[in-house]
Amino acid sequence: MRDITKAFNGTFANKNINLHVSSGEVLGLLGENGAGKTTLMNILYGLYRPDSGSVLINGEDVRIRNPHESMNLGIGMIHQHFMLVDNHSVLENIALGFPDSPFFFPDRFIRKKINTFSEKYGLYIDPDKQIWELSAGEQQRVEILKALFLESDLLIMDEPTSVLTPQESIDLFSIIRRMKDEGHSVILISHKLDEIMANCSRVTVLRKGETVGDSAISDVDERSLSRMMVGRDIILTFEKKPLPRGKEVLNVENLHVISDRGLETVNNVSFTVHENEIFGIAGVSGNGQRELIETITGLRKARSGNVSLFGSSILNKSPRVINNRGVTHVPEERIRFGIVPNLLIYENAVLKHHHSHPFSSIMFLDYEAVKGHAKDIIEKFSVSAPSINVPMKSLSGGNIQKLIVGREINNKPPLLVASHPTYGLDVGATEYIRKQLLQRREEGGAVLIVSEDLEELVGLCDRVGVMFKGRFTGIVDPSTTRLEDIGLLMTGIEAGEDS
Amino acid sequence: MKYSFKIINNDSYTRTAAIAALALSLVCGFIVIGILFLAKGINPFYAVWKIFSGSFGSSYGIKETVTKSIPLIMTAAGLTVVFRGKFWNIGSEGQLLLGAAAATWVALKIGQSLPSPLVIFCMIIFAAIFGALWAIVPAFLRARLSINEVISTLMFNYIAAELVSFLVIGPWKGTTKYGYPYTDDIPASVMLGHLPDSRIHYFTLILAVILSIIIFYMLFRTKFGYEIRVTGENREAAKYAGINFLKTTLLMAAISGAMAGLAGFGEIAGIHLHLTSPEIISSGYGFTAIIVAWLGKLNPLLTIISGFFFAGILVGGDAIKLSLGLPAATVQVFNGTILVFLIIGDFFLKHRVTLIKIRQ
Repeated sequence: MRDITKAFNGTFANKNINLHVSSGEVLGLLGENGAGKTTLMNILYGLYRPDSGSVLINGEDVRIRNPHESMNLGIGMIHQHFMLVDNHSVLENIALGFPDSPFFFPDRFIRKKINTFSEKYGLYIDPDKQIWELSAGEQQRVEILKALFLESDLLIMDEPTSVLTPQESIDLFSIIRRMKDEGHSVILISHKLDEIMANCSRVTVLRKGETVGDSAISDVDERSLSRMMVGRDIILTFEKKPLPRGKEVLNVENLHVISDRGLETVNNVSFTVHENEIFGIAGVSGNGQRELIETITGLRKARSGNVSLFGSSILNKSPRVINNRGVTHVPEERIRFGIVPNLLIYENAVLKHHHSHPFSSIMFLDYEAVKGHAKDIIEKFSVSAPSINVPMKSLSGGNIQKLIVGREINNKPPLLVASHPTYGLDVGATEYIRKQLLQRREEGGAVLIVSEDLEELVGLCDRVGVMFKGRFTGIVDPSTTRLEDIGLLMTGIEAGEDS
Repeated sequence: MKYSFKIINNDSYTRTAAIAALALSLVCGFIVIGILFLAKGINPFYAVWKIFSGSFGSSYGIKETVTKSIPLIMTAAGLTVVFRGKFWNIGSEGQLLLGAAAATWVALKIGQSLPSPLVIFCMIIFAAIFGALWAIVPAFLRARLSINEVISTLMFNYIAAELVSFLVIGPWKGTTKYGYPYTDDIPASVMLGHLPDSRIHYFTLILAVILSIIIFYMLFRTKFGYEIRVTGENREAAKYAGINFLKTTLLMAAISGAMAGLAGFGEIAGIHLHLTSPEIISSGYGFTAIIVAWLGKLNPLLTIISGFFFAGILVGGDAIKLSLGLPAATVQVFNGTILVFLIIGDFFLKHRVTLIKIRQ
């Protein structure tokens, strides 16, 4: 891929990116979220067309207009979320995407072919099992088989181990190695440095849409990769007054939580958040941050451990009880969780608080009070809205978030939990919301933030806990810790392990 | 060159556009129905004129229309609640029948021995409770086990209908009815009064209107109504806001079922005076009420008007069945066609659809 450039609404997702893969090579593609990895791969897979630049396959300039053409060129993609039909068998799923099955006894033909591939690459799977009976690792094998059936020479794998157990990951890499030996190429997209180091022969690092590194794996180590990935050009612009830490507000002890998939996603996590403190949780998403926050705010049940607020336990209480005790929550995916898009702004301004004084009596909602409150929030938190009588969805993302933050922060809650508070917002809204969080800290509130934006965490937080695979790999003071060390913790390398 | 439709959400529509969409949907519906009349060799304008003159054109017609609007208004008001909460209760028909059965049972059991206002009160309570129960079961299955309520409530209709059939030819069969599938008549003291020269049981009519107004206030002025609307619009946000999904679902289903049950009470105490075959007790009121609720934009005050309108179609449909010799299913075809066009009209109101060229 040469000089690939792609912009969305004027922001560059990819800028003059070069990437090449030779046959029989495993290339690692490394970068933070939003670095442009997915955009680049979608261009290669034909889902997007580049604004400029060209894609060359075997030296030939090709124009890939859709995934079908990409498949014909021998490119296969294994998405993070599998594209399989749950109620069909393995064999049927493979046959579905395979155009060359014979008219008579196609299942016999495909079965035979599955067995050949299984032997060759160690992809053992029962062709007659239904997809829903399979584990994530087995489903991934079905995806790999599908790609092999289409004679893919180049396989793109997007975060392949994010859904796997450790043993399944080991198996996957042995399959990848055998494929490599057979002359296939693999692009491995990952955040996990150890995986890249162990399995790739070369690595390309992207940051903010640009290539920042492209070298043989023998020339780099984890530290230098981390530095490339995170970058060092961070200028902190936050005005943060030094404040002594106040008394303890939240105490999380040995918390264990199970994810929807039944895996242990929060594994023995303990930390405290104090008054006059912003505590940040860093980490690549999917390492248990979401489940941790859901457990603290009552949306998810913990398996064991304890969460207490001012010394009294709030573990496994309902969201309403926890809210009443003084924990407010700015949720991630604000449109999905934080608002009701079709209801009016003033109705959204009391979501979560609608049941309490002064908005409601035993039965009735006091709409005058509700509207007054909505006007209040809009003014105080400079939400730009045509009026409070329009549906919530007519607001922009930044204004939606300002309203949510306003709603959650207005009552000066003892503990404010904010998940990805500035994700996807423009500069102005981002700065505004960060200021609000800092102000809360100055007023004596405790704030818990989850973010993938290291710059944000380092700038705002007094302490940062780094999460990897459900554990805290470290709790650090960002003012004295190098960013690249936090980057290393994020990829599972604990302080002291490296030289 | 290929063509494709591009569909964009359009939420900023005006009130005028909404009314125009409604009118246009009705017109389109009537055109399609007209074509069906033509296929039967009947002048569609004559047929439509017949329908509306049958229902609204005479004092008899209007009285019948009001009579039939009572169960529709009652049931549709309940449906606005569940439909706003996105609980698709298709089981009003069964809930109505169960309410009718419960009211009959109460009247036959205690009708003679207790003062009639008390008996009527008990009939109302029992009809509401049994109607509600018939909705709560599918609601529980939905909230706890994610069992699709469209299927379960629909199937519950058949169970209720078969149960009523069984009762009227079996254990509850009247001793004074000479082999007809009727129960005994309820005592005269608990029959609801009619307006002069009509079958309008005004007590139920007033009850239906009052309850519609109460439901309107409940939906838009109370905490519970707010929670229903939040749950219906965004279940994830409802969970985040600490709204109990199970409780909310059960309660709204109960309201809807109770309203249908009350409609059943009205049909027994105001019209039939005994329980009989399900298709006689209710001429599809539970299903027609779905269209009524939809036409009334899920607003319990507007459903009073749309209920009256659809009662007119029912009465007019009966009229053309006789005068034009059309099959009995004509009214259902009529209703179904109107509903389909209402939904299509709503879609075009809320989305902007353009045809675009795709360059290959």
